[in-house]
Amino acid sequence: MARVLLNVPRSAARGEVIEIRALIQHEMETGYRPGANGEVLPRDIIRRFVCRYGNEVVFQAELFPAISANPFISFTTVATESATLTFHWSGDNGFAQTETRVLAVT
Amino acid sequence: MSERGAPGRWMAGRRGLGGLLAVTLVRPVAAERLPLSEALRSHAGGAAIREGRVTLEIPPLVENGNTVPLLVSVESPMTEADFVRSIAVFNERNPQPNVITAQIGPRAGRARLSTRIRLATSQRIVAVAEMSDGSLWSGSAEVIVTLAACVEG
Repeated sequence: MARVLLNVPRSAARGEVIEIRALIQHEMETGYRPGANGEVLPRDIIRRFVCRYGNEVVFQAELFPAISANPFISFTTVATESATLTFHWSGDNGFAQTETRVLAVT
Repeated sequence: MSERGAPGRWMAGRRGLGGLLAVTLVRPVAAERLPLSEALRSHAGGAAIREGRVTLEIPPLVENGNTVPLLVSVESPMTEADFVRSIAVFNERNPQPNVITAQIGPRAGRARLSTRIRLATSQRIVAVAEMSDGSLWSGSAEVIVTLAACVEG
């Protein structure tokens, strides 16, 4: 399990635009970089990030090797109702990780 | 793929700061490289990309190309009737032109995307936003990179 830093407010007013910041520990090996033996290291990156608000996908992104190691993504969403937010990262070599956060909307 | 950048950096190392400045200044401006224009064309799917409405914030001079903060914001009311469907970022001189492609929608509230990227050399970064009416808008920024990422070990 990779370490994840998720910045999601615990509560928000209805209709408020909240900012979500997500960072996950990952090498993001580009596939263009030579290793210690001079041979190019195979690519190992996170290719996909999806955020669901309840069951609805509110943000999804396709990542490429030009994204830095420990990918950081920040975006916004509207707090419509109390729900569980699900964050899912997936990528090369079967990488998959899911995190959830509960958001209370008042 | 970034052979054009490599000799510049090598000379910069040999000649010191004067060489670096010379190489930076001499670099041809606005000669868009093929992979970038091709990537933009395939992203647009034949539609025209107009300049404007998209703001790309990135430091103009970065010391370390391994992690460069980037903020894309698009002018849009983000209502059910008029919103940004996707934001895509492309680069000019990395081995691969794509950086990130994000799908958003009216649920985003604001059309903003922030991330950290790698840059192999000094180059232009382009962000393209697709609106709900299908129109495409772009914004770009030039970045000077002193320590490259991606290709070197």
